[in-house]
Amino acid sequence: MGMTITEKILCSHTDLAEVHPGMLINARVDIALGNDITAPIAIAEFKKAGGTSVFDREKVVLVPDHFAPNKDIASAEQCRVMRDFAREQEITHYYEVGIAGIEHALLPEQGVVLPGDLVIGADSHSCTYGALGAFGAGVGSTDLAAAFMTGEIWMIVPESMKIVLHGKMQKWVSGKDLILYIIGKIGVDGALYRAMEFTGGTIRDLTMADRFTMANMVIEAGAKNGIFIPDRITEDYVKTRAERSYLLLDSDPDAVYHSVVDIDVNRIEPQVAFPPLPSNTKGISQVGDIRLDQSVIGSCTNGRIEDLRIAAKILKGRKVASHMRLIVIPATQEMFKSAVKEGLVDIFLEANAVVSTPTCGPCLGGYMGILADGEKTVSTTNRNFVGRMGHRNSEIYLASPAIAAASAVLGRLGSPGEL
Amino acid sequence: MNFTGKIWKFGDDMDTDLIIPARYLTTSDPNILGGNCMEDADPDFVSKIRKGDIIVAGKNFGCGSSREHAPIAIKAVGIACVIAKSFARIFYRNAFNMGLPIFESPGLWDRVSNGDSLTVDGDEEWAKTIDGSIFPFKKMHPFMRELMTDGGLMAHIAKGRVK
Repeated sequence: MGMTITEKILCSHTDLAEVHPGMLINARVDIALGNDITAPIAIAEFKKAGGTSVFDREKVVLVPDHFAPNKDIASAEQCRVMRDFAREQEITHYYEVGIAGIEHALLPEQGVVLPGDLVIGADSHSCTYGALGAFGAGVGSTDLAAAFMTGEIWMIVPESMKIVLHGKMQKWVSGKDLILYIIGKIGVDGALYRAMEFTGGTIRDLTMADRFTMANMVIEAGAKNGIFIPDRITEDYVKTRAERSYLLLDSDPDAVYHSVVDIDVNRIEPQVAFPPLPSNTKGISQVGDIRLDQSVIGSCTNGRIEDLRIAAKILKGRKVASHMRLIVIPATQEMFKSAVKEGLVDIFLEANAVVSTPTCGPCLGGYMGILADGEKTVSTTNRNFVGRMGHRNSEIYLASPAIAAASAVLGRLGSPGEL
Repeated sequence: MNFTGKIWKFGDDMDTDLIIPARYLTTSDPNILGGNCMEDADPDFVSKIRKGDIIVAGKNFGCGSSREHAPIAIKAVGIACVIAKSFARIFYRNAFNMGLPIFESPGLWDRVSNGDSLTVDGDEEWAKTIDGSIFPFKKMHPFMRELMTDGGLMAHIAKGRVK
């Protein structure tokens, strides 16, 4: 029986000849990732269990990004726990503020994660790495502590859902709109425990940035991982970044799928997910009059240089509506530098936006744009749960960078076509 | 592993931001996390519950973030176990890894009310309602049973090394 790409990657990290959905395996990890919120618990568990040195200092990756640069004394202490551990263990891939960025944008950019890898991260958006044809899955801090010790993770091999995308994307439609549309169609647990494998003719038109955004949000449908078959676009992205060999895999023609979901991309317009779930999606033409207080462009979902370019194209020569705040957060230091060099930051500043150093910040209600009682924001982030970005009575509307930029100018939810 | 406690019902898609908002993630102190458990879902939750009470929830409990602070908060506030129609995958593994007992029952939610007493046999994997109806849980994977018996992943690994 054939295997899917997800099954092949998992299998290649065990001593088994083949794996099948439902099997419990212990798999070797290529990358074990933690951040300033999840790593301190993992480090404490590691030490409590008598851990003295991590299984491989090259394969442990630590990134201060959630509440970094330190937002207060308590987060400063958490960042210090991780920094001290990185120094003590001589961790190769520890990224200090000023070099770092949001983990899931940073690791692919730096060539740390490559096709065929098995990545576990104590962060739910670790599924982002599937865009590269890697297996990436979010786990908890105790999982991370165990991986620090053993270099392995327990995992039940997931069933795969095949998501077939065909047709051409309309103007202003991006990977964000496609994944929001898919989550709207299948629901927030529509892929629970499963792999989402994206295939079909539309994939050829998707940039790596689009693919990262889509793989990033499969967790919002409950999936274990999301994955793209590596192609020329993947190879062009990784070949200049990779410092070790990598594995380009494909699913077998006779691989078995749980289900097939057919998506006609021609019919999809820019999407907005209404609060309080990412599945509450509407086409932009159906949103009605939603007056906004804030717009956020950033995060591991949509803070890449491609996202900033789209936003700048829309904001050039325009101003943010006088009753609104627009917060732009490049996802990594390198992307921030590019945005400066390309003149994007000038455009944002002239439009009366604020531009922040890389941080997860407002996405999880940390800092840099917290919402007051009753305030509404459009955001390129990934979750619109109750209280996610501030007060429990605030509202989050998830959308693409194009919609977030246009809405900042319009002062309400709207599309670039209305400008 | 047997429990008897009062039921606190929650609906579908209880995300980890509702269980413990990120504004409390500057610490991993169980007392602080427990003291703010469910704040945005029910601000009075912590003051109302008693040690040994049981959460009965709808589908996809614990969706969202990977924060282990969520099961830590639930355990620390004194909840004996969580029974849901289904669990989001990261919350599911976190609960077993850190030692919060959880069980899946598709049918129980519709047949109990907030405040009812519930008896749970964690070994035999069923719950008994006040009218005496028995609801068998979805059968647990033997490995999950081992984790639950050992008291979590780190204890399980330690035990394996002793063998």
